[in-house]
Amino acid sequence: MMNFIWFSLFMSGIIVAALTGRIHMVTEGVLTGAKDGVFISLGLISVIAFWLGMMKIAEESGLIQILSKRLRPFATWLYPSVPSDHPAMGALIANMSANILGLGNAATPLGLKAMQELQTLNGTSDVASDAMCTLLAMNTASLTLIPATMIGLRMEFHSKNPGEIIGSTILATLIATGAAIILDRFFRRTEQIRCRRRNRS
Amino acid sequence: MSVFATISAFALPMTIAAILIAGIVHKVPLYESFTEGAKEGFTTSVSLIPHLVAMMVAVSVFRASGALQLFIQALSPLLHIIHFPAELVPLALLRPISGSGSLALVTDLFKHAGTDSFLGRVASTMQGSTDTTLYVLTVYYGSVGIRKPRYSVKVGLLSDLVSVFASIWAVSMMFGK
Repeated sequence: MMNFIWFSLFMSGIIVAALTGRIHMVTEGVLTGAKDGVFISLGLISVIAFWLGMMKIAEESGLIQILSKRLRPFATWLYPSVPSDHPAMGALIANMSANILGLGNAATPLGLKAMQELQTLNGTSDVASDAMCTLLAMNTASLTLIPATMIGLRMEFHSKNPGEIIGSTILATLIATGAAIILDRFFRRTEQIRCRRRNRS
Repeated sequence: MSVFATISAFALPMTIAAILIAGIVHKVPLYESFTEGAKEGFTTSVSLIPHLVAMMVAVSVFRASGALQLFIQALSPLLHIIHFPAELVPLALLRPISGSGSLALVTDLFKHAGTDSFLGRVASTMQGSTDTTLYVLTVYYGSVGIRKPRYSVKVGLLSDLVSVFASIWAVSMMFGK
Protein backbone atom coordinates (compact mmCIF):
# COMPACT_ATOMS: atom_id res chain seq x y z
CA MET A 1 0.00 0.00 0.00
CA MET A 2 2.69 2.45 1.08
CA ASN A 3 4.81 1.44 -1.92
CA PHE A 4 1.97 2.16 -4.28
CA ILE A 5 1.24 5.59 -2.79
CA TRP A 6 4.90 6.60 -2.81
CA PHE A 7 5.28 5.48 -6.41
CA SER A 8 2.09 7.28 -7.51
CA LEU A 9 3.09 10.56 -5.86
CA PHE A 10 6.44 10.52 -7.67
CA MET A 11 5.19 9.30 -11.05
CA SER A 12 2.17 11.59 -11.27
CA GLY A 13 4.42 14.48 -10.27
CA ILE A 14 7.01 13.67 -12.93
CA ILE A 15 4.38 13.11 -15.63
CA VAL A 16 2.46 16.33 -14.86
CA ALA A 17 5.72 18.31 -14.74
CA ALA A 18 6.84 16.88 -18.07
CA LEU A 19 3.50 17.62 -19.76
CA THR A 20 3.28 21.18 -18.44
CA GLY A 21 6.91 22.01 -19.27
CA ARG A 22 7.96 22.34 -15.65
CA ILE A 23 10.31 19.38 -15.48
CA HIS A 24 12.93 21.41 -13.59
CA MET A 25 10.46 21.63 -10.70
CA VAL A 26 10.97 17.91 -10.06
CA THR A 27 14.66 18.39 -9.29
CA GLU A 28 13.87 21.35 -7.09
CA GLY A 29 11.11 19.42 -5.34
CA VAL A 30 13.46 16.54 -4.54
CA LEU A 31 16.09 18.82 -3.01
CA THR A 32 13.74 20.93 -0.89
CA GLY A 33 11.76 17.87 0.19
CA ALA A 34 14.82 16.00 1.40
CA LYS A 35 16.15 19.03 3.22
CA ASP A 36 12.79 19.63 4.92
CA GLY A 37 12.62 16.00 6.02
CA VAL A 38 15.96 16.18 7.80
CA PHE A 39 15.36 19.59 9.36
CA ILE A 40 11.96 18.63 10.72
CA SER A 41 13.20 15.37 12.24
CA LEU A 42 16.10 17.12 13.94
CA GLY A 43 13.84 19.93 15.12
CA LEU A 44 11.48 17.41 16.68
CA ILE A 45 14.25 16.04 18.93
CA SER A 46 13.85 18.95 21.33
CA VAL A 47 10.13 18.54 21.93
CA ILE A 48 9.88 14.77 21.83
CA ALA A 49 12.78 14.55 24.26
CA PHE A 50 11.04 17.01 26.58
CA TRP A 51 7.73 15.13 26.61
CA LEU A 52 9.23 11.69 26.99
CA GLY A 53 11.21 13.09 29.92
CA MET A 54 8.02 14.44 31.52
CA MET A 55 6.19 11.18 30.91
CA LYS A 56 8.97 9.23 32.61
CA ILE A 57 8.39 11.31 35.75
CA ALA A 58 4.62 10.70 35.46
CA GLU A 59 5.26 6.99 35.20
CA GLU A 60 7.57 6.81 38.23
CA SER A 61 5.42 9.02 40.44
CA GLY A 62 2.45 6.70 40.02
CA LEU A 63 0.27 9.16 38.06
CA ILE A 64 -0.33 6.48 35.45
CA GLN A 65 -1.39 3.95 38.10
CA ILE A 66 -3.90 6.46 39.51
CA LEU A 67 -5.36 6.92 36.05
CA SER A 68 -5.51 3.13 35.68
CA LYS A 69 -7.63 2.82 38.82
CA ARG A 70 -10.10 5.40 37.50
CA LEU A 71 -10.35 3.60 34.18
CA ARG A 72 -11.14 0.15 35.60
CA PRO A 73 -14.98 0.42 35.62
CA PHE A 74 -14.92 1.72 32.06
CA ALA A 75 -12.61 -1.11 30.99
CA THR A 76 -14.81 -3.85 32.46
CA TRP A 77 -17.79 -2.34 30.60
CA LEU A 78 -15.80 -2.14 27.37
CA TYR A 79 -14.43 -5.69 27.56
CA PRO A 80 -17.27 -7.79 29.04
CA SER A 81 -15.70 -11.05 27.82
CA VAL A 82 -12.47 -10.54 29.81
CA PRO A 83 -12.55 -11.69 33.47
CA SER A 84 -11.70 -8.68 35.66
CA ASP A 85 -8.95 -10.56 37.53
CA HIS A 86 -7.27 -11.85 34.36
CA PRO A 87 -3.83 -10.35 33.51
CA ALA A 88 -5.34 -9.23 30.18
CA MET A 89 -7.48 -6.68 32.04
CA GLY A 90 -4.43 -5.07 33.63
CA ALA A 91 -2.67 -4.78 30.29
CA LEU A 92 -5.80 -3.38 28.61
CA ILE A 93 -6.10 -0.67 31.27
CA ALA A 94 -2.39 0.17 31.10
CA ASN A 95 -2.63 0.49 27.31
CA MET A 96 -5.67 2.79 27.62
CA SER A 97 -3.89 5.00 30.18
CA ALA A 98 -0.82 5.32 27.99
CA ASN A 99 -2.97 6.28 25.01
CA ILE A 100 -4.85 8.91 26.99
CA LEU A 101 -1.60 10.50 28.15
CA GLY A 102 -0.36 10.56 24.55
CA LEU A 103 2.46 8.12 25.35
CA GLY A 104 2.54 6.66 21.85
CA ASN A 105 5.82 4.84 22.49
CA ALA A 106 4.61 3.23 25.70
CA ALA A 107 1.10 2.51 24.43
CA THR A 108 2.24 0.13 21.67
CA PRO A 109 4.24 -2.29 23.86
CA LEU A 110 1.40 -2.28 26.43
CA GLY A 111 -1.14 -2.91 23.67
CA LEU A 112 0.91 -5.83 22.34
CA LYS A 113 1.06 -7.27 25.87
CA ALA A 114 -2.74 -6.99 26.09
CA MET A 115 -2.99 -8.67 22.71
CA GLN A 116 -0.89 -11.65 23.89
CA GLU A 117 -2.99 -12.01 27.04
CA LEU A 118 -6.17 -11.91 24.97
CA GLN A 119 -4.74 -14.60 22.71
CA THR A 120 -4.42 -16.93 25.74
CA LEU A 121 -8.17 -16.46 26.27
CA ASN A 122 -8.77 -17.00 22.56
CA GLY A 123 -6.88 -20.32 22.37
CA THR A 124 -4.48 -20.56 19.45
CA SER A 125 -7.02 -19.36 16.93
CA ASP A 126 -6.07 -17.13 14.00
CA VAL A 127 -9.45 -15.40 14.16
CA ALA A 128 -9.68 -12.17 16.18
CA SER A 129 -11.82 -12.44 19.35
CA ASP A 130 -14.46 -9.87 20.29
CA ALA A 131 -12.16 -8.27 22.87
CA MET A 132 -9.33 -8.08 20.31
CA CYS A 133 -11.59 -6.21 17.89
CA THR A 134 -12.50 -3.74 20.66
CA LEU A 135 -8.82 -3.29 21.57
CA LEU A 136 -8.03 -2.49 17.93
CA ALA A 137 -10.97 -0.09 17.67
CA MET A 138 -9.74 1.75 20.77
CA ASN A 139 -6.17 1.94 19.52
CA THR A 140 -6.89 3.00 15.95
CA ALA A 141 -9.12 5.80 17.24
CA SER A 142 -6.45 6.69 19.84
CA LEU A 143 -8.11 8.54 22.70
CA THR A 144 -5.55 11.29 23.42
CA LEU A 145 -5.49 14.09 25.99
CA ILE A 146 -2.07 15.57 25.21
CA PRO A 147 -1.17 15.41 21.50
CA ALA A 148 2.52 15.93 22.31
CA THR A 149 3.95 15.43 18.82
CA MET A 150 1.54 17.92 17.26
CA ILE A 151 2.22 20.50 19.97
CA GLY A 152 5.91 20.01 19.31
CA LEU A 153 5.54 20.44 15.57
CA ARG A 154 3.46 23.58 16.07
CA MET A 155 6.21 25.00 18.32
CA GLU A 156 8.70 24.24 15.56
CA PHE A 157 6.66 26.35 13.15
CA HIS A 158 6.37 29.29 15.58
CA SER A 159 2.68 28.94 16.37
CA LYS A 160 1.44 31.75 18.62
CA ASN A 161 -0.26 29.18 20.85
CA PRO A 162 0.99 25.65 20.17
CA GLY A 163 -1.30 24.14 22.82
CA GLU A 164 -4.52 25.73 21.55
CA ILE A 165 -5.41 22.57 19.65
CA ILE A 166 -5.66 20.50 22.84
CA GLY A 167 -9.35 21.39 23.24
CA SER A 168 -10.35 20.62 19.68
CA THR A 169 -8.26 17.42 19.69
CA ILE A 170 -9.97 16.16 22.85
CA LEU A 171 -13.38 16.92 21.36
CA ALA A 172 -12.57 15.25 18.02
CA THR A 173 -10.94 12.24 19.66
CA LEU A 174 -13.94 11.73 21.99
CA ILE A 175 -16.28 11.72 19.00
CA ALA A 176 -14.02 9.37 17.02
CA THR A 177 -13.54 7.00 19.96
CA GLY A 178 -17.28 7.01 20.64
CA ALA A 179 -17.89 6.21 16.99
CA ALA A 180 -15.31 3.40 17.12
CA ILE A 181 -17.02 1.82 20.14
CA ILE A 182 -20.48 2.09 18.55
CA LEU A 183 -19.23 0.75 15.19
CA ASP A 184 -17.46 -2.12 16.96
CA ARG A 185 -20.66 -3.15 18.76
CA PHE A 186 -22.77 -2.58 15.65
CA PHE A 187 -20.68 -4.79 13.35
CA ARG A 188 -20.46 -7.46 16.06
CA ARG A 189 -24.26 -7.59 16.26
CA THR A 190 -24.75 -7.73 12.49
CA GLU A 191 -22.17 -10.54 12.37
CA GLN A 192 -24.06 -12.47 15.08
CA ILE A 193 -27.35 -12.02 13.26
CA ARG A 194 -25.80 -13.20 10.00
CA CYS A 195 -24.32 -16.26 11.74
CA ARG A 196 -27.65 -17.17 13.33
CA ARG A 197 -29.43 -16.94 9.97
CA ARG A 198 -26.81 -19.12 8.34
CA ASN A 199 -27.13 -21.75 11.09
CA ARG A 200 -30.90 -21.85 10.73
CA SER A 201 -30.91 -22.42 6.96
CA MET B 1 -16.20 28.79 23.31
CA SER B 2 -13.83 31.02 25.26
CA VAL B 3 -13.98 28.40 28.03
CA PHE B 4 -12.29 25.93 25.72
CA ALA B 5 -9.77 28.51 24.61
CA THR B 6 -8.84 29.17 28.25
CA ILE B 7 -8.63 25.45 29.00
CA SER B 8 -6.39 25.00 25.96
CA ALA B 9 -4.07 27.84 26.98
CA PHE B 10 -3.73 26.53 30.54
CA ALA B 11 -3.61 22.83 29.68
CA LEU B 12 0.09 22.65 28.86
CA PRO B 13 1.60 24.57 31.80
CA MET B 14 -0.85 22.91 34.21
CA THR B 15 0.01 19.42 32.95
CA ILE B 16 3.70 20.13 33.44
CA ALA B 17 3.07 21.49 36.94
CA ALA B 18 0.90 18.50 37.88
CA ILE B 19 3.52 16.00 36.70
CA LEU B 20 6.31 17.81 38.56
CA ILE B 21 4.27 18.09 41.78
CA ALA B 22 3.25 14.41 41.64
CA GLY B 23 6.91 13.56 41.10
CA ILE B 24 8.23 15.58 44.05
CA VAL B 25 5.46 14.30 46.38
CA HIS B 26 6.32 10.71 45.53
CA LYS B 27 10.07 11.37 45.89
CA VAL B 28 10.89 10.61 42.27
CA PRO B 29 14.44 11.67 41.33
CA LEU B 30 13.00 14.28 38.92
CA TYR B 31 16.14 15.27 37.11
CA GLU B 32 17.42 11.72 36.58
CA SER B 33 14.03 10.38 35.47
CA PHE B 34 13.56 13.25 33.06
CA THR B 35 16.92 12.80 31.37
CA GLU B 36 16.40 9.06 31.17
CA GLY B 37 13.08 9.53 29.38
CA ALA B 38 14.42 12.32 27.20
CA LYS B 39 17.18 10.04 25.93
CA GLU B 40 14.50 7.93 24.23
CA GLY B 41 13.24 11.05 22.47
CA PHE B 42 16.52 11.35 20.65
CA THR B 43 16.38 7.86 19.15
CA THR B 44 12.70 8.29 18.27
CA SER B 45 13.35 11.51 16.36
CA VAL B 46 16.40 10.16 14.57
CA SER B 47 14.50 7.06 13.49
CA LEU B 48 11.93 9.38 11.90
CA ILE B 49 14.51 10.90 9.51
CA PRO B 50 14.37 8.25 6.74
CA HIS B 51 10.55 8.22 6.79
CA LEU B 52 10.23 11.98 6.70
CA VAL B 53 12.83 12.39 3.96
CA ALA B 54 11.16 9.70 1.80
CA MET B 55 7.71 11.17 2.20
CA MET B 56 8.64 14.84 2.04
CA VAL B 57 10.51 14.27 -1.23
CA ALA B 58 7.55 12.52 -2.86
CA VAL B 59 5.04 15.08 -1.58
CA SER B 60 7.29 17.95 -2.56
CA VAL B 61 7.56 16.64 -6.14
CA PHE B 62 3.81 16.03 -6.24
CA ARG B 63 3.15 19.60 -5.13
CA ALA B 64 5.87 21.44 -7.08
CA SER B 65 4.87 19.76 -10.36
CA GLY B 66 1.30 21.02 -10.09
CA ALA B 67 -0.11 17.51 -9.77
CA LEU B 68 -1.62 18.26 -6.34
CA GLN B 69 -3.45 21.27 -7.79
CA LEU B 70 -4.87 19.14 -10.62
CA PHE B 71 -5.95 16.44 -8.17
CA ILE B 72 -7.76 18.94 -5.95
CA GLN B 73 -9.42 20.60 -8.97
CA ALA B 74 -10.73 17.25 -10.16
CA LEU B 75 -12.25 16.54 -6.75
CA SER B 76 -13.52 20.04 -6.04
CA PRO B 77 -17.14 19.70 -7.28
CA LEU B 78 -17.72 16.77 -4.92
CA LEU B 79 -15.92 18.48 -2.03
CA HIS B 80 -17.94 21.63 -2.56
CA ILE B 81 -21.18 19.72 -2.09
CA ILE B 82 -20.11 18.34 1.31
CA HIS B 83 -18.29 21.58 2.37
CA PHE B 84 -14.93 19.83 2.68
CA PRO B 85 -11.73 21.94 2.43
CA ALA B 86 -9.90 20.61 -0.66
CA GLU B 87 -6.44 21.17 0.81
CA LEU B 88 -7.16 18.55 3.49
CA VAL B 89 -7.95 15.73 1.05
CA PRO B 90 -4.39 14.35 0.76
CA LEU B 91 -4.01 14.35 4.56
CA ALA B 92 -7.36 12.63 5.12
CA LEU B 93 -6.40 9.93 2.61
CA LEU B 94 -2.89 9.33 3.93
CA ARG B 95 -3.54 9.52 7.71
CA PRO B 96 -4.76 5.90 8.15
CA ILE B 97 -1.93 4.53 6.00
CA SER B 98 1.20 6.26 7.21
CA GLY B 99 1.90 8.12 10.44
CA SER B 100 5.18 9.68 9.34
CA GLY B 101 3.81 10.30 5.84
CA SER B 102 0.84 12.21 7.17
CA LEU B 103 3.12 14.08 9.57
CA ALA B 104 5.03 15.23 6.48
CA LEU B 105 1.78 16.44 4.91
CA VAL B 106 0.86 18.37 8.07
CA THR B 107 4.29 20.00 7.95
CA ASP B 108 3.71 20.92 4.34
CA LEU B 109 0.35 22.49 5.28
CA PHE B 110 1.98 24.42 8.14
CA LYS B 111 4.53 25.86 5.72
CA HIS B 112 1.91 26.97 3.21
CA ALA B 113 -1.11 27.89 5.35
CA GLY B 114 0.50 28.58 8.75
CA THR B 115 -0.06 26.79 12.05
CA ASP B 116 -2.69 29.22 13.34
CA SER B 117 -4.91 29.21 10.25
CA PHE B 118 -8.12 27.21 9.98
CA LEU B 119 -6.35 24.58 7.86
CA GLY B 120 -3.38 24.45 10.23
CA ARG B 121 -5.62 23.89 13.22
CA VAL B 122 -7.75 21.24 11.52
CA ALA B 123 -4.62 19.42 10.34
CA SER B 124 -3.20 19.49 13.89
CA THR B 125 -6.47 18.21 15.32
CA MET B 126 -6.83 15.48 12.68
CA GLN B 127 -3.28 14.26 13.18
CA GLY B 128 -3.65 14.28 16.97
CA SER B 129 -7.07 12.68 17.27
CA THR B 130 -6.52 9.47 15.32
CA ASP B 131 -3.83 6.86 14.78
CA THR B 132 -2.29 5.11 11.79
CA THR B 133 -5.07 2.53 11.50
CA LEU B 134 -3.46 0.12 9.02
CA TYR B 135 -0.13 0.13 10.87
CA VAL B 136 -1.81 -0.55 14.21
CA LEU B 137 -3.88 -3.38 12.70
CA THR B 138 -0.82 -4.98 11.11
CA VAL B 139 1.42 -4.76 14.15
CA TYR B 140 -1.17 -5.79 16.76
CA TYR B 141 -2.66 -8.72 14.88
CA GLY B 142 0.69 -9.72 13.41
CA SER B 143 2.22 -10.03 16.89
CA VAL B 144 -0.09 -12.92 17.89
CA GLY B 145 -0.68 -14.50 14.49
CA ILE B 146 -4.26 -13.35 13.86
CA ARG B 147 -5.05 -13.76 10.16
CA LYS B 148 -8.77 -13.00 10.22
CA PRO B 149 -9.38 -9.51 11.60
CA ARG B 150 -13.18 -9.83 11.16
CA TYR B 151 -14.75 -6.34 11.07
CA SER B 152 -11.73 -4.49 12.55
CA VAL B 153 -10.58 -2.88 9.29
CA LYS B 154 -14.08 -1.50 8.66
CA VAL B 155 -14.36 -0.11 12.20
CA GLY B 156 -10.89 1.47 12.03
CA LEU B 157 -11.35 3.19 8.68
CA LEU B 158 -14.91 4.35 9.36
CA SER B 159 -13.88 5.90 12.67
CA ASP B 160 -11.04 7.66 10.82
CA LEU B 161 -13.68 9.16 8.53
CA VAL B 162 -15.69 10.28 11.56
CA SER B 163 -12.53 11.81 13.02
CA VAL B 164 -11.89 13.89 9.86
CA PHE B 165 -15.33 15.49 10.02
CA ALA B 166 -15.23 15.78 13.81
CA SER B 167 -11.92 17.68 13.54
CA ILE B 168 -13.34 20.16 11.03
CA TRP B 169 -16.41 20.63 13.21
CA ALA B 170 -14.47 21.00 16.47
CA VAL B 171 -12.07 23.58 15.02
CA SER B 172 -14.76 25.69 13.37
CA MET B 173 -16.75 25.62 16.60
CA MET B 174 -13.84 26.70 18.81
CA PHE B 175 -11.98 29.09 16.56
CA GLY B 176 -14.45 29.96 13.79
CA LYS B 177 -13.67 29.41 10.12
